[in-house]
Amino acid sequence: MQSSGDFHARVRTAVADSNLRVSFRKAMDGFMSKRLDAFPDAEALERLRLRGAEIRVNALSKLPELLERLERQCQANDIQVHWAETVEDGNNIILDIMRQHDARLLIKGKSMVSEEMALNHFLEQQGIECLESDLGEFILQLAGEPPSHIVMPAIHKTGKDIARLFKEKFPDIPYSEDVDTLTRSARRILRRRFYEAKVGLSGVNFAVAETGTLCLVENEGNGRMCTTAPQVHIAVTGIEKVVEKLSDVPPLLSLLTRSATGQAITTYFNMISSPRKPGEKDGPEEVHLVLLDNGRSHIYEDDQLINTLRCIRCGACMNHCPVYARIGGHAYGTTIPGPIGSILEPQKLGLDNIGELPTASTLCGACAEVCPVRIPIPQLLNRLRYERVRNDGTALTRGQGSSRESNIWKAWSLAHRQPTIYRIASLLVTRLRALTPNRLGAWTEARKAPRPASRSLHELAKTNGFDNE
Amino acid sequence: MSDARNKILSRLRGQQPVINETERYTALKTELPPASNLIEHFRSRMASVRAEVHLVSRDQWPTKASALLKEKGLTKVLYAPETELGKTLHNSCSDDELSRLVSRTNSVAEWKEELFFDVDAAITSTKAGIAETGSLIVWPTAEEPRTWSLVPPVHIAILDAENLYATFSEAMQAGGWHKLMPTNLLLISGPSKSADIEQTLAYGVHGPTELVVLLITET
Repeated sequence: MQSSGDFHARVRTAVADSNLRVSFRKAMDGFMSKRLDAFPDAEALERLRLRGAEIRVNALSKLPELLERLERQCQANDIQVHWAETVEDGNNIILDIMRQHDARLLIKGKSMVSEEMALNHFLEQQGIECLESDLGEFILQLAGEPPSHIVMPAIHKTGKDIARLFKEKFPDIPYSEDVDTLTRSARRILRRRFYEAKVGLSGVNFAVAETGTLCLVENEGNGRMCTTAPQVHIAVTGIEKVVEKLSDVPPLLSLLTRSATGQAITTYFNMISSPRKPGEKDGPEEVHLVLLDNGRSHIYEDDQLINTLRCIRCGACMNHCPVYARIGGHAYGTTIPGPIGSILEPQKLGLDNIGELPTASTLCGACAEVCPVRIPIPQLLNRLRYERVRNDGTALTRGQGSSRESNIWKAWSLAHRQPTIYRIASLLVTRLRALTPNRLGAWTEARKAPRPASRSLHELAKTNGFDNE
Repeated sequence: MSDARNKILSRLRGQQPVINETERYTALKTELPPASNLIEHFRSRMASVRAEVHLVSRDQWPTKASALLKEKGLTKVLYAPETELGKTLHNSCSDDELSRLVSRTNSVAEWKEELFFDVDAAITSTKAGIAETGSLIVWPTAEEPRTWSLVPPVHIAILDAENLYATFSEAMQAGGWHKLMPTNLLLISGPSKSADIEQTLAYGVHGPTELVVLLITET
């Protein structure tokens, strides 16, 4: 588990890495201008965002009913539904399915939920090979690194990095820095594995309660491969990904792809509603849906923080975040980085573990302005900053803790209620001003220490004859 | 795991959330492409993602299809002879052209190796098209399985302009999809691609490197 101290160290390393900053800056500028081009009509964009927000708010306000409806519909379509309260539950469900089919290889499409579950690590300990098939994820798996962006996982790698990595891992393939050549090599390597794999895994972008349909958004075709070529398909999703109606899908899809990469639509939009039916010639014979909670139902209990769960994982908030652009995705140390990660992850992992993340923001508001489902991210960042320092035991958020700051505010509030304490305190502060330390932690790294005045305003007023303040 | 199910649902039911959303959505004006312009819009969208679109008349398309097979040097091309489309194609092909076409009607598992490593292309029908985004709506069947539009390096899709809709929503509504979704329904908008390496577009990552659309129009 990550801690705040690690966060500061990671930020320092990231900021000192000028290559990283150059490549993130370039990539983020690209994303921003592509998004802008994809939404030429500002008024139409605002209407669409309202629609997106409405769909997500509607889904969340009926979440338990919709999950039951999704389960009923999926079961009616012969999709097997599993519920996982924790990451361990989820991993074990998948392990059981692998064992039932005596499968030694799991071929994976891109899934942030499987990252959240650390599924690869878990299955590998059980002797099962996990293979990432999204090109970016495949590269990162070779390098043994986690994703640094939720849409473009290998954004921090240069072409040279990747060429060297391929040469090291596949010495038989001639060295090349050419993107097309590298892509062709990956196609050849992975094609063979798609052919062999008995079980494929995917995430879910939208799960439609009305029809029991699992929707997948992708460009490469690896998502289709994972869900079509093997005999078994396992889809994993967080419980918040459900939407009520099939007609909710087109507006969300349009918001998602345009906000994420500026594409009008991705190459593939894959809607899966059942395993292979009698007479059909391909497709998996079994489809499993794993619904993961892992703290989401807890976030659901707070009327403000619940808005975290609207997210459709487009990544626009990170693309537009001045902090993310400078420190990159790895510095956050969590599955989901950027502004959305800074509100989501502390609620899951606890403010005592990763409570610094909400402070990694200038509160400039760019994230909320571009969010396709209008999540008020700055307000939620502020709320979590408050949760972290208050210490009255009322907050629902995990890890709300005692801290220096909360004690300071307690003392402040006491002094303002007790005139005697207040007078003594201001007397001490003004008379002993020479003792103010020159170094005050981070504050004095770039500033001089503040020095109290020699006389308080109260005293001056009294001396000058102002009556009763 | 029914225990997990009940725990999750009861936690969610513990509180009826009140989500404050001050602004409300008002109906979306139709922003998109005027009916007169669907074909042009579809074509330009498809072209922007490097798909090849050919406008053909109803009786010319098989000739165009077989010409394309020759031009692209495709020698092993899947087609479904039992469909209307397959029959039309079969009947208008010369012997040389026929020798390029193959049909496989058994379960894909029985010829998976051939499909994955040996087939050059597949010709399939489409259910409809979407002008706004330049998308094909592909509804795989027993005759034209899911892998056909995915595994071979070239996918040739036949689309009737009569089935072109302005938007995804419109196509969905007209098709009454919410009443009966098929096993798998796909929107395909261009050849397979990725920008994962240095944000440089590369085509043919896992799916087809080339998408060819024969768009049948009356004129």
